[in-house]
Amino acid sequence: MAMTLNEDQAMLRDSARDFMKAEAPVAHFRAYRDKNCKDGFSHDLWKQFAAMGFTGMLIPEAEGGLGMGAIEAGIVLEEVGRNLSPSPFLSTSVIAVEALKAADKAMRDRWFPAILKGEAVIGIAIDEASKHRPEKTALRAKRAGNGFTLSGTKQFVVQGASADLLIVAARTAGAPGETDGLTLFAVDREAAGLSAEATRLVDSSMAAHLTLDGVEVTADAVIGDVDGGWATLTKILDAGRVGAAAEMVGVGTGAMEITFDYLKTRKQFGQLIGEFQALQHRAAHLYGEIEGARSIVLKAQTLLDEGHESAALYVAAAKAKAGIACNLAVREGVQMHGGMGMTDAFDIGLYMKRERGLNEFFGDTSFHADRLATLNGY
Amino acid sequence: MPDLNNFRAEIRAWLEDNCPAEMRKPARSEEDTCWGGRAFKFQSEAQKTWMERCAAKGYTVPDWPKAYGGAGLSAAETKIFRQEMANLGCRSPLNSFGIWMLGPALLKFGSEDQKVHYLGQIARGEIRWCQGYSEPGSGSDLVSMQTFGEDKGDHWLVNGSKIWTSYADKADWIFCLVRTDKANKYQGISFLLFDMTTPGVTTKPIKLISGSSPFCETFFDDVVVPKAQIVGDLNRGWDVAKYLLGHEREMISGMGGDGGMASLGTAFKDVMAEEPVLRAQMALFDVENLAFRAHSERFMDEWKSGKAHPAYSNLMKYVGTELNKKRHELVMAAGGSDALEWESESSGGGAKPRSWLRTKANSIEGGTSEVMLNVVSKRILEMPGA
Repeated sequence: MAMTLNEDQAMLRDSARDFMKAEAPVAHFRAYRDKNCKDGFSHDLWKQFAAMGFTGMLIPEAEGGLGMGAIEAGIVLEEVGRNLSPSPFLSTSVIAVEALKAADKAMRDRWFPAILKGEAVIGIAIDEASKHRPEKTALRAKRAGNGFTLSGTKQFVVQGASADLLIVAARTAGAPGETDGLTLFAVDREAAGLSAEATRLVDSSMAAHLTLDGVEVTADAVIGDVDGGWATLTKILDAGRVGAAAEMVGVGTGAMEITFDYLKTRKQFGQLIGEFQALQHRAAHLYGEIEGARSIVLKAQTLLDEGHESAALYVAAAKAKAGIACNLAVREGVQMHGGMGMTDAFDIGLYMKRERGLNEFFGDTSFHADRLATLNGY
Repeated sequence: MPDLNNFRAEIRAWLEDNCPAEMRKPARSEEDTCWGGRAFKFQSEAQKTWMERCAAKGYTVPDWPKAYGGAGLSAAETKIFRQEMANLGCRSPLNSFGIWMLGPALLKFGSEDQKVHYLGQIARGEIRWCQGYSEPGSGSDLVSMQTFGEDKGDHWLVNGSKIWTSYADKADWIFCLVRTDKANKYQGISFLLFDMTTPGVTTKPIKLISGSSPFCETFFDDVVVPKAQIVGDLNRGWDVAKYLLGHEREMISGMGGDGGMASLGTAFKDVMAEEPVLRAQMALFDVENLAFRAHSERFMDEWKSGKAHPAYSNLMKYVGTELNKKRHELVMAAGGSDALEWESESSGGGAKPRSWLRTKANSIEGGTSEVMLNVVSKRILEMPGA
């Protein structure tokens, strides 16, 4: 398959680009930030995402969705990143939908329609410590009668306090560090014993610390196999990782574009600063980094959609490279904006903060470089 | 798509039937490369057979038209052909500056007679070409070149010298930039072709830090070049040269992902176990390597469908060559003191250090990294200033 967007994908890109620019540009993000919104995003905008067909784009066609894949989700995420548009798209429409595909029919029938309408927000609860190590899951799920009792804590649950449902990775057997013995559960936000403490992150997005204190769920809450959740977990993690990588390509592209505009308008020493070779070379280098990231992300999406055996390896490379390139874009962006880059009035600093959050999400550059090495047998 | 699947099966079957077993082993050294040409000594019967079988089918230049010695394959078919070659580990049947550089320029700028004559010779591996661009005083600033062709009616009389002419001592013909108008810097250069056995042409190999001499200085002393041997219009050779440089940059950039090796770290995994910091560097290199391969693949797909920026090969040249230098730095680090040996048999005659040193030229030849960044900045990013 050629590594260029086909006609349908190019149309999707154009409509996503126009939509984000018109309805959710950086000014929209600033407005929600400044009103100290408890959710960190607009429910009205989420409804508009639904009207555009974005919220259910990955839901199978037979269940009312568009049956699209990682490439299409990435197209939307890139525009989300470029405009810093706040929404539950990555968690709900990409990661949760991937998880629910492994769930039984009753659960899908309950949640897919709500996602399609833009009425559901779903949080993903995996991490328990400050660094992403999913195999270290310690939150216990003990068998109790026909169901399970969940106890433990989670953190970095994006929009966790605003969610209607939480997808929780729990340990039903074995010890932390083992990939066997994990099980995924769908836990209602209103379940007794579940508390969510919202916390605002550096990029003004909202995440939650969850405490589960003897939360009782029935066997129907299990997604996939009991004790054998690692396979499903890996699939949803990879969907999220490649999605976050696509969003970072968008963030990096957005940061790069505003920086290049600045180089072409800002004058010092009587000339445009973009005339200085010292900055031109750095700009050209940055452009190459971003295009490299865009390419490996597209490759990983393609392999993921094909169900290729090397997909996991490419997802690791894509998340790592997107992190490297996007990080460079925001650092160069702030530096090339000079003092203006340090002010809140300019957007470039907002991109820097967003990059940090996305880089950390589901494993940072170091995590994924290490993962790539391990998958390559060294 | 079914047509392409059939095509893939056909190609695979043909390669399995026709590529000698010996030609499916990785090339061990420069000696295993088939360059063709009048004086070329084949390393083995298999090497000769492989080149001839490919040439007969047009597979030495699969995407060239059949009339000029190619197989007339589409972009999609060519990609499949190369993938199947790689899958079976087939060596390239024929390498040449004729295929990589002169050929594309002739296809675009050559007359019909020139295409039939020269392209056919290239495709069949009969004539080995070298390139005469740089001069001692004109490296990055190529258009300042001085080699002059004086108009003598039915021929030019060429005097001057070139430097960094790759394999000039082994080449049969040269494609050469010659000044034909001293008053006009850009529009005073012509693109000439001539035989290296023409009286007045001499070459002198240049010994490099790697110990080998792939480059020469080439001198022209009253060399007679018939008027028919010009490509494109008089004084418009710079257009041809620029077009050709684009292809050269594309080719050099391809070296970043060389050897079909998707993971450098895997090749040194025993060392990696004891060297955590080096392992981390390898891991990050492997990330960059996969990104570059994907970038190259995407660029080629966009290039073929006409969507790529015309100056994009400059970016690929920069990224690919810098990556290749990094690769060889890591190979040396992983090799430790073994990789210092320069002559021993166990080191393959110093294959690692010689390759490492050779790669330092990657970001100089065909336009330095700094010139590439200038071009990307001006032409793609449209940064202001002269």
